[in-house]
Amino acid sequence: MTQAQLPDPEQLAARILRGERSAVASGLNLLDNKLAGARQRSAHLLAALAGERALNDGHLIGVTGPPGAGKSSLVSAMIRQWRLAGRTVGVLAVDPSSRPELGGGALLGDRIRIKNAAHDEGLFIRSLANRNQLGGVATEVWPMSWLLLACFDVVVVETVGVGQTEIDIAEIGDTVLYVAQPASGDTIQYLKSGIIEIPDIFAVNKSDLGAPAHKTASEIGRSAPRSDRRDGWDYPVCLVSATMNTGIQQLHGHFDRHRVFLADARLLGKLRTRHQSGWVLRVLKEEFGTFGIELLGGYAEIGRRLEEANQFEECERLRQHIISRFKSSD
Amino acid sequence: MDGMQTKRDRPWLMRTYSGHSSARASNTLYRSNLAKGQTGLSVAFDLPTQTGYDADNPLARGEVGKVGVPISHIDDMDQLFDQIPLDKMNTAMTINATAPWLLSLYIGLAQRRGIDPKELSGTTQNDIIKEYLSRGTYIYPPGPSMRLIADTINYTIKHVPKWNPTNICSYHLQEAGATPVQELAYALCTAMAVLDRVQASGEIKPGEFSQVVERISFFVNAGIRFVEECCKLRAFGEMWDELTLRRYQVSDPKLRRFRYGVQVNSLGLTEPQPENNVQRIVLEMLAVVLSKGARARAIQLPAWNEAMGLPRPWDQQWALRIQQVMAFETDLLEYADILDGSPVIAAKVKQLVDGARREIENVEAQGGIIAAIESGYVKRELVASHMQRLRAIESGELKIIGVNCFQETAESPLTLGSDGGIMKTDPAAEREQIERLQAHRQKRNDADVRAALQGLGDAARSGENIMPSSIRCALAGVSTGEWGDSLRAVFGEFRPPTGIDIAIDSRAVLGKKDQVTELRARVAGTGAALGRPLKLLVGKPGLDGHSNGAEQVAVKARDVGFEVVYDGIRLTPQQIAQAAEEEGVHMVGLSILSGSHMELIEAVLEELRSRDLAKVPVIAGGIIPQEDATKLAALGVSAVYTPKDFNLNAIMADMVDVIREANGLGRLGPLP
Ligand code: B12
Ligand SMILES: Nc1nc2c(ncn2[C@@H]2O[C@H](COP(=O)(O)OP(=O)(O)OP(=O)(O)O)[C@@H](O)[C@H]2O)c(=O)[nH]1
Ligand SMILES: [Mg+2]
Repeated sequence: MTQAQLPDPEQLAARILRGERSAVASGLNLLDNKLAGARQRSAHLLAALAGERALNDGHLIGVTGPPGAGKSSLVSAMIRQWRLAGRTVGVLAVDPSSRPELGGGALLGDRIRIKNAAHDEGLFIRSLANRNQLGGVATEVWPMSWLLLACFDVVVVETVGVGQTEIDIAEIGDTVLYVAQPASGDTIQYLKSGIIEIPDIFAVNKSDLGAPAHKTASEIGRSAPRSDRRDGWDYPVCLVSATMNTGIQQLHGHFDRHRVFLADARLLGKLRTRHQSGWVLRVLKEEFGTFGIELLGGYAEIGRRLEEANQFEECERLRQHIISRFKSSD
Repeated sequence: MDGMQTKRDRPWLMRTYSGHSSARASNTLYRSNLAKGQTGLSVAFDLPTQTGYDADNPLARGEVGKVGVPISHIDDMDQLFDQIPLDKMNTAMTINATAPWLLSLYIGLAQRRGIDPKELSGTTQNDIIKEYLSRGTYIYPPGPSMRLIADTINYTIKHVPKWNPTNICSYHLQEAGATPVQELAYALCTAMAVLDRVQASGEIKPGEFSQVVERISFFVNAGIRFVEECCKLRAFGEMWDELTLRRYQVSDPKLRRFRYGVQVNSLGLTEPQPENNVQRIVLEMLAVVLSKGARARAIQLPAWNEAMGLPRPWDQQWALRIQQVMAFETDLLEYADILDGSPVIAAKVKQLVDGARREIENVEAQGGIIAAIESGYVKRELVASHMQRLRAIESGELKIIGVNCFQETAESPLTLGSDGGIMKTDPAAEREQIERLQAHRQKRNDADVRAALQGLGDAARSGENIMPSSIRCALAGVSTGEWGDSLRAVFGEFRPPTGIDIAIDSRAVLGKKDQVTELRARVAGTGAALGRPLKLLVGKPGLDGHSNGAEQVAVKARDVGFEVVYDGIRLTPQQIAQAAEEEGVHMVGLSILSGSHMELIEAVLEELRSRDLAKVPVIAGGIIPQEDATKLAALGVSAVYTPKDFNLNAIMADMVDVIREANGLGRLGPLP
């Protein structure tokens, strides 16, 4: 793709903020694009989208849990209710890729489970392969969810929980939902692993199965952190059934409550700023390694610089800085 | 005893699966087929009728009267059986999700003609499980669907005793790639699920349950490996006998007999050198008539031009004559079972039985066939089997004459006619059917219709048997779409797993290894040049349920490095274009085998243009005659693939080149 075909970031941002679907789609394509010219434009696009709204509006929800727990089905049920209430929804569904030596391809299978049959302009689903990136969730996920947040009321990121992803998803979402599979070894494993510290809300799905679901819920209830982690948040555990469409209203109640809690405690803006700088550091580290970070004066120095400026523009300045250093040294 | 019988056996029922354009046109065809010596009818319905939509529903566009006859209400049914005596005819209807409805129309029509439903004989296919796995005309979720099947069984046992209310199908599983063991196992699991459901309904007294078991018949396949197929049918007989005795305590051996009808394998019938299909069909048929102990009760054969398009009356006649030669000219029917006592046959049968038993246990351990469908397990097994088959064809290990070997041929005079050697359905059929339906709506009594639909909805909710209220609907003039929608409102709809999420097998199965490595490099390199990994949307627009091609293309594309989005069958052009936009794909690949490709592909292109996606290349595959492929190219379709393009590696290489060209990169050409 030549430079000329790449969209102009400022115009694109304006269209995205107006909620134009085709602009959202090309914005996501741009953020996914690794060509040098595209990376620069991506940074401009993100910078142009980084207004008040980005720090204070909308709700970004990370959904994780073991394979087959019913995450996509549950997201579908969640969407149905949001849409009934007139809220628009953007979804990023992340699936694993095959190993690079096996071609690195991926089957993106969540869409079929999430999508309701009817045509709906208020819902936008983008599937994404994790591309085998170390540390679970692909780096593209955070900027893409940032983009969706600029034009949808609720943004959901679905990822399969395999240890590291839970940690990553907590670096993205305002609220993290863990979907548990009744009576599954994965959940038990999870309870033991300490990653249980991460989710804000637990949903045991398939409550239609009866006893096993109740048992799992009480096990989680016993081991879930109480209010010791964040004062004033209760880490609720609820029972839902995606297929029977039960418990969804309560779940939504928890989402809304958590959103209000973050805002009231003045945590939302802080959380999003932290996630943003976390991503900048990750991008720099992925591209230039520890050596590049050192060149810029180390994490603390970068952190300080990011606090002062528009992070995306600053990130691009830092990149250019390293690149010029590399260039002048040969 | 020399095994010669004093009396020739009666031959099986001979049918031809047919129906097209309109009830009137199909009636003419049926009567001419009967005049040629056909002994039963086998009705092919069009896809809107099979999926519970009226002819004027937007989802039906392009599909009305295409692959079967449209039946929208009782007057259509009346026309379909004009001058055909219902009490003397044996009628098989390939109808599933809407089976209770079509059966109600048939019973309603009999009542209107003063015929006692007790005199009706025939079959409704009515097996939803294989619809989820292969055939694709499902509507409702598994729970309510199984209940509808139980309702028809419970009703016919009492009121239409000569009717076969359900035909457990393994035919369609083989057409989706199943091995003989898989066919045996999943069909028997399905039969158990149906019988268990009927038992659980409590409508049948325990003493009368063996009658229900006796009414269960099967619809199976017979492929080209005819010795093995012959053994498969003997295995079916043995296993059914044992199952009905042990699980359902049917003590009378006569009631435990495995009764089955057959359509022989069509998946292996080829587009290149289509005349070869005739010998394939004959050999496949041999498997199901050869041994008396496991002989089919009813047979329908595909035609030589199966892979080209719909058969014409003459093609169907040829298929019927094959049956007649077998039955009346050969000495086949003069002997007792000629395979009894053969140790070779017995050993093969045992091997199949053992394999099937293991797989049945496996499925039962997962909670039964329905749980194994919901989890995607069975569908994945079928997709994987089909993948193995295609890889074997690609590698040359499985020989298909005229396709991957002995390709050189003289020009076939069979395909030279002005009709291209296939049946063209009446292009005016859709419009006329809609006009008929709209006129019908005008003349019926609205109050009766409303009351009948109210009764139907009430029965659906209360759990009362659906048949009486459906028959009232039929008599009141309710339409197929109204019946379907009423139950949609109560039961909801269901989309089963696509089964393409099978593991990549990195070893031998990948086809020619070096080609795959080369393809992976091309896919990755092109993705890098474009800035992100290549992303493909595989789309199935319209009501067409033929998913094999789409599934195999999706799996192969993933294996060579594409990121693939495939949302299953029966999507609208609008849904497909929307997915293309939201997913930001590099290419849209459509698969259509139902014959509606012109209407549907044009609609997808239009939807893409309206979304500013005119630059995304569109390719198509399926049963697409050359003449249409040329027209599609003119509309902007970048490439068209048909069954003769059996080499998926070659298709993948071509797809990469289409993407490259659309993005200003040079083509890389055919694989080395
Ligand atoms: C298997 C089969 C079935 C199976 C389908 C199982 C499944 N889940 O797919 C079953 C038994 C269920 C079935 C049912 C019916 N079938 Co059928 N079926 C066939 C059959 C025998 C083979 C098709 C097949 O799967 N081939 C194997 C796959 C791998 O090949 P393929 O799809 O052609 O794909 C290849 C290429 O075309 C290309 N390709 C295809 N799609 C794509 C997409 C992309 C992106 C690319 C790159 C390439 C590509 O690449 C593939 C590799 O070679 C054909 C006849 C034939 N021999 O071709 C009839 C046929 C397609 N069926 C036909 C009919 C009418 C039906 C029914 C509608 C009958 C009825 N009235 O009920 C039903 C209903 C199905 C429905 N819901 O729509 C007709 C269609 C007539 C027409 N077009 O005019 C055919 C042609 C038979 C005939 N002559 O009558 N069928
Ligand atoms: N009984 C029951 N089954 C459910 C429920 N929700 C989902 N399922 C089933 O669980 C299976 C997996 O559902 P998905 O929604 O695809 O699960 P997922 O967690 O998104 O799966 P991956 O994305 O593959 O990890 C499917 O067979 C669903 O039908 C539920 O509430 N009850
Ligand atoms: Mg999922």
